[in-house]
Amino acid sequence: MDQLGLARLQFGVTTVYHFLFVPITIGLAFLIAIMETIYVRTGKEEYRPLIQFWGRLFLINFAVGVVTGLLQEFQFGMDWANYSRFVGDIFGAPLAVEALLAFFMESTFIGVWNFGWDRLSKKVHLLAIWLVAIGTMTSGFWILTANSFMQEPVGYQMVHGTAQMVSFGALLTNPQLWVEFPHTILASYLTASFFVLAISSYQLLRHHYPDLFKFSFRLASIVGLISAVLVIVVGDLQATHLETSQPMKLAAAEALWNTTSQHAPWSVFAIVDAKAQKDYAQIQIPDMLSILAYKRLSGAVEGIHQVQAQYVKKYGPGNYVPPVAPVYYTFRLMIFAGTAMLALAAYAVYLLKKSRFAEKRWFLRVLEWSLVLPYLANSAGWIMTEVGRQPWVVYGLLSTAHGVSSPQSVSATDIALSLSAFALVYGSMAIAAIYLFRKYTFMGLDPTTNQPESVTDKDILLAGSKS
Amino acid sequence: MLNVFWFILIAVLFVGYFILEGFDYGVGMIYPLVSRNDHERRMAINTIGPLWSGNEVWLITAGGALFAAFPFWYATLFSGFYLALVLMLVGLIFRGVAIEYRSKMATESWHRIWDILLRTGSFLPALLWGVAFANLLQGVPINAQMNDVGGFWSLLTPYTILGGVLSLLLFLAQGASFLTLKTTGELRAASLRMAKTLLTSVLIVALAFGIWTANLPTLDHRATYDLLTGLGWLSLFAARWMIQNRQQWAFLLQSLMIALSTSGFFVGLFPHVMISSVSSHDDLTIYNAAANPYTLHVMTIVALTMVPIVLAYQVWTYWVFRKRITPQEHLEY
Repeated sequence: MDQLGLARLQFGVTTVYHFLFVPITIGLAFLIAIMETIYVRTGKEEYRPLIQFWGRLFLINFAVGVVTGLLQEFQFGMDWANYSRFVGDIFGAPLAVEALLAFFMESTFIGVWNFGWDRLSKKVHLLAIWLVAIGTMTSGFWILTANSFMQEPVGYQMVHGTAQMVSFGALLTNPQLWVEFPHTILASYLTASFFVLAISSYQLLRHHYPDLFKFSFRLASIVGLISAVLVIVVGDLQATHLETSQPMKLAAAEALWNTTSQHAPWSVFAIVDAKAQKDYAQIQIPDMLSILAYKRLSGAVEGIHQVQAQYVKKYGPGNYVPPVAPVYYTFRLMIFAGTAMLALAAYAVYLLKKSRFAEKRWFLRVLEWSLVLPYLANSAGWIMTEVGRQPWVVYGLLSTAHGVSSPQSVSATDIALSLSAFALVYGSMAIAAIYLFRKYTFMGLDPTTNQPESVTDKDILLAGSKS
Repeated sequence: MLNVFWFILIAVLFVGYFILEGFDYGVGMIYPLVSRNDHERRMAINTIGPLWSGNEVWLITAGGALFAAFPFWYATLFSGFYLALVLMLVGLIFRGVAIEYRSKMATESWHRIWDILLRTGSFLPALLWGVAFANLLQGVPINAQMNDVGGFWSLLTPYTILGGVLSLLLFLAQGASFLTLKTTGELRAASLRMAKTLLTSVLIVALAFGIWTANLPTLDHRATYDLLTGLGWLSLFAARWMIQNRQQWAFLLQSLMIALSTSGFFVGLFPHVMISSVSSHDDLTIYNAAANPYTLHVMTIVALTMVPIVLAYQVWTYWVFRKRITPQEHLEY
């Protein structure tokens, strides 16, 4: 693979990996904050170990999210120096604001929360977790402000071949941002809801503290259902927005080689052959794509060939078609996973009446396994969004090939070395994280085992005798 | 004007980062040397437990500010020091995870793995920051396209290695000193002995590095630099003298040393941000590496609003966790 290919692979792998940990952080902080609010308002002391249980799982996750985020910030300069020079004063600003406004807040107050159980009043402690929840969400907002500029550049002017910011307000009112941000945040709440549902189901199946885990099950199924509905509504708006902002991505997501008739059908599934530029074994719903794209029964959707021809006219000769098959399949994977989560959350809420969910053991078993769904949907969503943007790194302004660092500074060997280093580090971290997740999930709330390292009398005597 | 303001703000962010993460890198490196059993090791790690992640954000903010205010500096520096940064990031990643994960299992082999990673992960950035800063003062091969064409091995010269040793020792001493403030008993006594030895060696290396730097041909504002490093030596000397009886003052003086040497570096560099060893035409300065005035203006408003708030709640955190860690304490990490 060449230098550009390696840099892209590194970015893709590290970003998708980072995003395995981000949504759960955003969503779980929010759910824990709600639980703690209920705990403080009702004064039910038995909720405290439950909140601490979720807090431990949160922290195992948060640690990896933070440290992989560091690499995310640095690698724009490392692997994508020319991109950084091109958009530096637009793209850097939201990153810096994120650090100042959000990241300081979440990192500081998660320390306060974790260590402050016995040092702070209940209300201040509750405030700390809300600040963490707001911080993680704000963090997402600023990162997506930066990403939205790459998808849909606004508020800039070109000066000497670089993009310069002329309106900060335009960055914040970017239409792309206002479909992308709610979609991502809601997907995070959905992710955390399924995380809590899956683990609560596990505990309920084994009759571990059923009253407590029924409480978290209830909360997660309600938040899960609301966010599943909203994530689909906003996702639909996002797809509609593509029609105007990135018609090529929409065409690729549908594997639509040629412009459709006025009544465009939606392809449920097809086998995409990008070489022959044809789709086989189509299963279609008539008129559905027109409805999705225009919110009415008719309307033609442009095909890849037609958009390509327009882009050649607009940007000069070149190939403007992204890899169609991955975009098509990941888009479907996201939609199917999202729909499945909606159905599961709806059924869970339906069972809430009279707490019948605890008796439906088959359903709890399904929920245990459903944990994989949000991860599939999140990763697929990002792959679809970012691969569908190719060959642009900044849509219509800078191609990915021009954004990479100069090979004089960063050779293919350098990137290959770093990629293997990060693969090793990330791989071993994943193993450790999954191991701990399982261990702490299995351990549950059992007070004799939930703190394997709590200080025993023997420890104190030992330390005391030597000092 | 704003270009100067942002240069100063980035200097301030690095000063904050080095003082705060300085002691927690230090703790991460010496805790195995000053503790005799696992319980003491955990006590040492818990002194930085609630603070380290907030401290690390100083680096993240410095990186973000560099990107926003001086995108050309950010791009040239980060791509130019590529493999060194990879090493540092690998260190930082392992370190953060190690602090969080070490205590999550009670077996000895589990502890041993994370101990190694925590130590290495604290050692690499502590060493590499000195190497990086020394390179910036010495100059690196930047060509007319603003690309550093040197590669990894060109970063290592006797001067830059000495810079690395200095930052390593400074942070180690800072960590030892912090442990004397935050612990009790034998752990504290061992840290105190360590801090005294370390302070002597920092003084020697700082002297050598300072004199060498003062004679670099690339250095700007030599007189101010001399004044700052001179004051730095004095405070370090005073810290060495005070550590036996007044650890608080010694710790503050050591922090002052870090602040002075870091500001000395930035003063020595100003108005350059990267010096080209190929041709002075290719130097990056706070003017040709900066973002446009509009961005700087917007960012200035954000920074002036947010920095005081951030400082306020970080100070509050330190106040909440001001107590010493005793052997009887519940240990989170």
